[in-house]
Amino acid sequence: MARALLLLAFLLAAAMPAAAQDAFLDALPGLAGGFAAQAEAVERLGASGDPRALPVLRALSEGRLLKRDTAIILNNADAATGQPADAAGAETVRINNRVRSALRGALGRLQLVSANPDERLAAAESVFRSRSAENIPGLEAAIARESVPRVRERQELALAASRLVAPEAAVKRQGIAILGGASSEDARALLLEARNTNPDLLPEIDAAVASIDARLTFKRAAETLFQGLSLGSVLLLAALGLAITFGVMGVINMAHGEFVMLGAYTTFVVQEACRGTPWLLPWSLPLSVPAAFLVAGLAGAALERGLIRHLYGRPLETLLMTFGVGMILQQAVRLAFGAQNREVISPAWMQGTLSLPGGILITQNRLWVIVFALLVLLLAIAAIRLTRFGLEMRAVVQNRRIAATMGIRTGRVDALTFAFGSGIAGMAGVALSQIDNVSPNLGTGYIIDSFMVVVFGGVGSLVGTLVGSMGLGVLNKVIEPWAGAVLAKVAVLVIIMLFIQRRPRGLFALKGRAADA
Amino acid sequence: MTLSLTRRAALAGLGGALAMPAVRPSFAQGAPIKVGVLHSLSGTMAISETALRDTVLMMIDWANAQGGVLGRKLEPVVVDPASNWPLFAEKARELLAVSKVDVTFGCWTSVSRKSVLPVFEELNGLLFYPVQYEGEEQSKNVFYTGAAPNQQAIPATEYLMGKDGGEARRIVLLGTDYVYPRTTNRILRAYLNSKGITDADIMEEYTPFGHSDWQGIVSRVKRFAGEGKRTAIVSTINGDANVPFYRELGNQGIKAEDIPCVAFSVGEEELAGIDTKPLVGHLAAWNYFMSMPGKPNDDFKAMWRAYIKNDKRVTNDPMEATYTGFRMWMQAVAKAGTTAVDPVRAAMYGQKVMAPCGYEEEMRPNHHLTKPVVIGEIQENGQFNVVHKTPNAIAAENWSPFIPENASRRG
Repeated sequence: MARALLLLAFLLAAAMPAAAQDAFLDALPGLAGGFAAQAEAVERLGASGDPRALPVLRALSEGRLLKRDTAIILNNADAATGQPADAAGAETVRINNRVRSALRGALGRLQLVSANPDERLAAAESVFRSRSAENIPGLEAAIARESVPRVRERQELALAASRLVAPEAAVKRQGIAILGGASSEDARALLLEARNTNPDLLPEIDAAVASIDARLTFKRAAETLFQGLSLGSVLLLAALGLAITFGVMGVINMAHGEFVMLGAYTTFVVQEACRGTPWLLPWSLPLSVPAAFLVAGLAGAALERGLIRHLYGRPLETLLMTFGVGMILQQAVRLAFGAQNREVISPAWMQGTLSLPGGILITQNRLWVIVFALLVLLLAIAAIRLTRFGLEMRAVVQNRRIAATMGIRTGRVDALTFAFGSGIAGMAGVALSQIDNVSPNLGTGYIIDSFMVVVFGGVGSLVGTLVGSMGLGVLNKVIEPWAGAVLAKVAVLVIIMLFIQRRPRGLFALKGRAADA
Repeated sequence: MTLSLTRRAALAGLGGALAMPAVRPSFAQGAPIKVGVLHSLSGTMAISETALRDTVLMMIDWANAQGGVLGRKLEPVVVDPASNWPLFAEKARELLAVSKVDVTFGCWTSVSRKSVLPVFEELNGLLFYPVQYEGEEQSKNVFYTGAAPNQQAIPATEYLMGKDGGEARRIVLLGTDYVYPRTTNRILRAYLNSKGITDADIMEEYTPFGHSDWQGIVSRVKRFAGEGKRTAIVSTINGDANVPFYRELGNQGIKAEDIPCVAFSVGEEELAGIDTKPLVGHLAAWNYFMSMPGKPNDDFKAMWRAYIKNDKRVTNDPMEATYTGFRMWMQAVAKAGTTAVDPVRAAMYGQKVMAPCGYEEEMRPNHHLTKPVVIGEIQENGQFNVVHKTPNAIAAENWSPFIPENASRRG
């Protein structure tokens, strides 16, 4: 009898872990099935809590899991038995969005207790999105142990989201209260979703949504402002060179956009040249800035010395001639590089989103373009105000003959000024290669906008160009939500036309004798 | 042989050279068949259309290696309409009236097709149009070898609303501002309404060709998705505007699990210039993907790689449609015994070709092909993983039942 009891106890003890293992083994073959079977298997693996499930699911999400018939192969071993298995001839297990979203929930669940805080944060994020009442105990245990505040904050939100789908109304109320204190669009979306299924909790949910909305208004305004400044910075970059060649020198240069395009292609060439030396590749973008300045600047100097100087004082001929030069440049680039767009890669530090306090999200590449545009503006102002070249340039613009009598070689100053403006256009091309397509027609898209900004801001004023471009950028983004992208552009053009009627000299009109020259 | 020659000489006379003396038969005997290629090789659509020019040239090489058609050599006449819609009409007229081509393969955007349509009808030319489009058209001078809405747009939207597609109940319709996206979205809106999705749950936005500043639109999509219902994007964005669009989706962290985006004009060729890692799981609906298994596709890919001499170049759906259309045209010319437009047209109906997608496609009298619907998810390597396909090739409904004015047109 005692022996029988002992045997029973032994059997029970053996059966306990066996049951847990069986859940893993039972679910595993499902991964080799159709998408619906895969999704179910993933959920069961996530719920099993088995330590062997994590590497399998991770491999599945990264496309490293192989299958032969119903056998699942991971790292050259059969995932069920651990026996070595030949990967040759096995096919990759493919998944779809349905499996992927089940996978996110399951991985999140298994990684809530990971040793790595970044993984725990990602896990909390996944559990928040996949929300299920079954996660509540796991999350509560994880929060009790959590020491990193930012992870704990995210876990509490995930817990609230999971409570929202719990069966008991009291638990749901707890969830609603915490979500109402968050200021994220995601929390708001969850509440609105719950609104459809919980008619009895309407007052609580509506109050929570209203409190989120109050905070979101500011956030949305801040994001619109950022988008406006970002568009403005693109306009500023494109127009800055023109503000010098057209604004200061009075040359209507229709090939200005092509100098921008040359800068973008220089970025591409520098990148390709850096490919040979891998450690240099991440720095190809900063290296492109001086290179693009030189290439576009030299092209500008050649254009000024070769053609434009013969046409000073004849704006119509200059316009037609530079238009032709622009077409020649476009076609030359098309012949040299092909009509297809060229890909300029974004370095890692320019990808992704930056999250500011208050939940304001800004994209990195746009942020860098704003910073770059302001740097270029400062550089241009410094060059004009502080250098000998800038002094001579201003002297020639104010009174060419007196400047010449003072010993300034006006022809050389003209060439340098035009090269400087063109070089700035080239630097703009480096930035635009990050947000637009590098194609031979890159420049044509910006030439109209550039003239618009310079005329609106006030011809000859760099500050006017800054205010003009930022103003137009923000105006465009404010109109866009209700008019659409196409109409917003039309509306901005109409507003500028009306404005120029009232103030023909633009925002910052030059005063005094220089204005009449 | 003599019969076909006299017929050809007579036709050449009718074809516009009335004032000139009749073409000497000795010249006509060896005269090659001229194949016009009307694809943009520059401008915003070059990203998509350049590969189609290469496909036609490949097919011409292939046909010539087999001894040509009707014992005559094929000769390409390539022009570049430069993504400029009025220029398409001028170049089409040049092909038909000056170069006197026997057949033309060309156009991608619907606006370019609409621009050349009157020219082909006036001069009785023959155009093979290889791209999926909005339907609502049937010209006796055009054979449409791409998909009509019921062979692409509607099944794809249906997929998004099904269990595998994420059960979307709120749809964002994003498109480039021209006739194809606007008509397709009109059909889709009527379709969605018929499925119980109200206008409040549909967001529709258009952008110009070559649009690059997507941040406002993408964040509005995010906001629209945050109203408590599963949301999906249906994209009819065309040309290189897709590159900054997908880059913005990636930068703003929109994952396919949250807001899947299905595109109708993005294939392997367009993805070749994008980092696809952040885009895994976003979808495209076509009738062919390069990743489809089977011998017809393996042969097609081998043919393309041998021609282009670059293992990295990809194949895509409009290239497949060009291939299928070209083969059908060759069969029809062989059957008609002439390249004259009217007999070839009659011979086209009922032509069948085993297409690289692995299905036998048939040209119906409505000038459209039967095609399978295939939906794929973007993968890290820039290829598509097929997640759904129809068991059979289905017939095109070029006059959509979701547009009320079509009631009288549909038989």
